[in-house]
Amino acid sequence: MRNDREAMEFDVVVVGAGPSGLSAAIRLKQQAQKNNRELSVCVLEKGSEVGAHILSGAVIETRVLDELIPDWKAKGAPLETMATKDKVLFLTEKSHIRMPTPPQMHNKGNYIVSLGRLCRWLGEQAEALGVEIYPGFAAAEVLYHEDGSVKGVATGDMGIAKDGEQTAQFQPGMELHAKQTIFAEGCRGSLTKTLFEKFDLRKDSEPQTYGIGIKELWEVPPAQHQQGLVIHTIGWPLSTDTYGGSFLYHLENNLVAIGFVVGLDYSNPWLSPYEEFQRYKTHPAIRPHLEGGRRISYGARSLAEGGFQSLPKLTFPGGVLIGDTAGFLNVPKIKGTHMAMQSGLVAADAIHQLLATEQSAGKEATQYPDSLKKTWMWNELYRVRNVRPSFRWGLWGGFAYSALDTALMGYAPWTLSHHEDHSQLKTKDQAHKIDYPKPDGKLTFDRLSSVYLSNTNHEENQRCHLQLKDAAVAIAINYTRYASPETRYCPAGVYEIVGEETGAPKLQINAQNCVHCKTCDIKDPTQNINWQVPEGGGGPNYPAM
Amino acid sequence: MKILVAVKRVVDFNVKVRVKADQSGVDLANVKMSMNPFDEIAIEEAVRLKEAGIATEVVVISAGPTQCQETLRTALAIGADRAILAETDAELQPLAVAKILKAVCEKEQPQLLIMGKQAIDDDSNQTGQMAAALLGWPQATFASKLTVANGEATVIREVDGGLETIALTLPAVVTTDLRLNEPRYATLPNIMKAKKKPLDVQPVAAMGIDVAPRLKTLKVTEPPKRSGGIKVADVAALVAKLKNEAKVI
Ligand SMILES: Cc1cc2nc3c(=O)[nH]c(=O)nc-3n(C[C@H](O)[C@H](O)[C@H](O)COP(=O)(O)OP(=O)(O)OC[C@H]3O[C@@H](n4cnc5c(N)ncnc54)[C@H](O)[C@@H]3O)c2cc1C
Ligand code: SF4
Repeated sequence: MRNDREAMEFDVVVVGAGPSGLSAAIRLKQQAQKNNRELSVCVLEKGSEVGAHILSGAVIETRVLDELIPDWKAKGAPLETMATKDKVLFLTEKSHIRMPTPPQMHNKGNYIVSLGRLCRWLGEQAEALGVEIYPGFAAAEVLYHEDGSVKGVATGDMGIAKDGEQTAQFQPGMELHAKQTIFAEGCRGSLTKTLFEKFDLRKDSEPQTYGIGIKELWEVPPAQHQQGLVIHTIGWPLSTDTYGGSFLYHLENNLVAIGFVVGLDYSNPWLSPYEEFQRYKTHPAIRPHLEGGRRISYGARSLAEGGFQSLPKLTFPGGVLIGDTAGFLNVPKIKGTHMAMQSGLVAADAIHQLLATEQSAGKEATQYPDSLKKTWMWNELYRVRNVRPSFRWGLWGGFAYSALDTALMGYAPWTLSHHEDHSQLKTKDQAHKIDYPKPDGKLTFDRLSSVYLSNTNHEENQRCHLQLKDAAVAIAINYTRYASPETRYCPAGVYEIVGEETGAPKLQINAQNCVHCKTCDIKDPTQNINWQVPEGGGGPNYPAM
Repeated sequence: MKILVAVKRVVDFNVKVRVKADQSGVDLANVKMSMNPFDEIAIEEAVRLKEAGIATEVVVISAGPTQCQETLRTALAIGADRAILAETDAELQPLAVAKILKAVCEKEQPQLLIMGKQAIDDDSNQTGQMAAALLGWPQATFASKLTVANGEATVIREVDGGLETIALTLPAVVTTDLRLNEPRYATLPNIMKAKKKPLDVQPVAAMGIDVAPRLKTLKVTEPPKRSGGIKVADVAALVAKLKNEAKVI
């Protein structure tokens, strides 16, 4: 218990201003208005502004937006480009084969957007309804009542130096108390992780599996721009035992969003998702889309790929999980936004009902999962549950299975299981090294010039937000056994081995560069790296990712 | 004693700006904006003077579009008492801002007008000086220390050769340099409280001031890219390169 922190009471506190958290906040206020009730809703966001930490594809389905804000067009929502043409390509090193577009990948009626911009707009809509949004403040700690139920969250202290001492700028964090706290932290939420343990929320579920998505935004010459074009690829440069693929979306204003997703259950410690992405851009079917253009933004984010069987218990006394932190993502579609929003809506309705009863503080909003199970979303997740795990049999096995699964329309009488991503790495000697080509500075780039474009920054003199549980493991296990895979999977070059030439290798952590993708928290072979929220509004400043 | 502090909303210092394809300016679409860091120092200094019992009121002003209200709220969270937005969507050059500040000073009658020495977007370093000239007030630019006593301000200025100490009679204009202070964080409780502080919006159009730009931007270009370094085999090769390629010796 600390007594140096100020506290403020709200009916509902939402952690995270992504599509899920903002949808929940908006819906709560709409319900309150409809029922003539006072309801205070506060949203905390670790990014310096709403959207600053949002990175997605994104082609989105608007069905939930249509329900939440039916007149979104009139209100100027930034949905400007309808998906008009879908292509799925299988890439080989020199060539490609156009594949029939699988049913889940049809995008007619969907919009190509910047999810960051959409969130900024949703934030404005929420504020207009009276939601208080505080960007630049991360929830750093879950607060509990004496009976063990969630009481709210606290923001982190500011002005703690690297050595743990208070600086002259020290300011204690603030406590935000709420009758119900909604955790909407997105994939691999750092507080959600502690809730999993505290309430044993994962005891009946398969392990969660993840992918890392790395993305660039390009401005291309108008002549080669084809607004509305959607391309997905599989195959090269990944080997067939690694799950992954690319997306390439032509937005408005000559912008092209291009990205690459690699399943984090990959086994070769020499693999670098970043380098795979750079190499992919040089493919003859891809290069012409970008050539002559300029890259204007870069970033990365993990996504939950476990699907239905990996869903945790969604409620606990005093709070709920919504969106990608719970794992709502349709993997074959690579779409999670509509599910994030839908879960936010259903949770908001359940919480609104609960708050109408006496003594609602610390109660469990069990109506939320019950209602969710009755919506289209549960069925959608259920039916695609076996697609992702079938790729453990490699690309061809996955294809074969998916064909069968499509024939069964997803209603196979079995459910495939998952393994934890971090347990999948082979040792450095069991796997072959990968020779990645050097960047050309035009189409392909080195990691540091990429990170530069993420506008990421962290106040230098602060406690490192990437904590090693045991510092010795970095060399004793990661380096010795796996050749320090963190130096390759981190898309921001945060991890570096120095001093190799003197025979005393050391892991150096350049935490200022972190883009908050959470990959290290997921993939570290012994789960020795713990990602925590940094001070204040640190992290990327994505303009429109 | 009342202090007026002028703050500008600029591109956040973390953002790597990029020139628009048509070279008409810097692309500001979707870019994060925040308070000019030198102005944060100005606010901090004013609030410290108030906390020391020297100032009685700190008023903060910004000139620009509606979104400047966010910047003003930050200033209120740091400790200003109330805010004024001189609202306009028009492009404002230093002279126009100086004229607006003059008008507001005439109405508010502060003893001190403090602002950053320059804004990190256009780096003009003109507004403080112009405002002082228009008001006929003494000025101390590049302040790294400010003391106020007995109707007089003493300012240590950062000048090329070192430090210069000058005394000014009030009212006066002071522009802040980096070393003046280290601004405090705007804490969450203070940001929440700042929402309730008064913020007065005054349309520039109603002020009767000619804010039309006097300078015309012809073209904006990015600085030339630094080409990567090379390794030379020996001193002779180095001398040859310096002579023949770099042409510096
Ligand atoms: C590369 C990639 C491509 C994708 N493509 C598509 C697509 O084409 N279509 C589609 O529909 N979906 C796509 N998705 C999925 C989609 O982006 C997610 O499903 C969606 O963003 C999830 O929304 P969310 O609100 O749950 O979480 P997020 O969007 O991740 O938002 C979480 C927010 O919470 C904040 N936050 C986290 N922790 C804290 C804390 N402790 N305190 C304060 N704030 C915190 C974060 O900064 C962030 O702003 C893609 C995802 C990726 C990574
Ligand atoms: S340090 Fe971890 S969370 Fe940060 S960018 Fe690297 S892998 Fe992602």
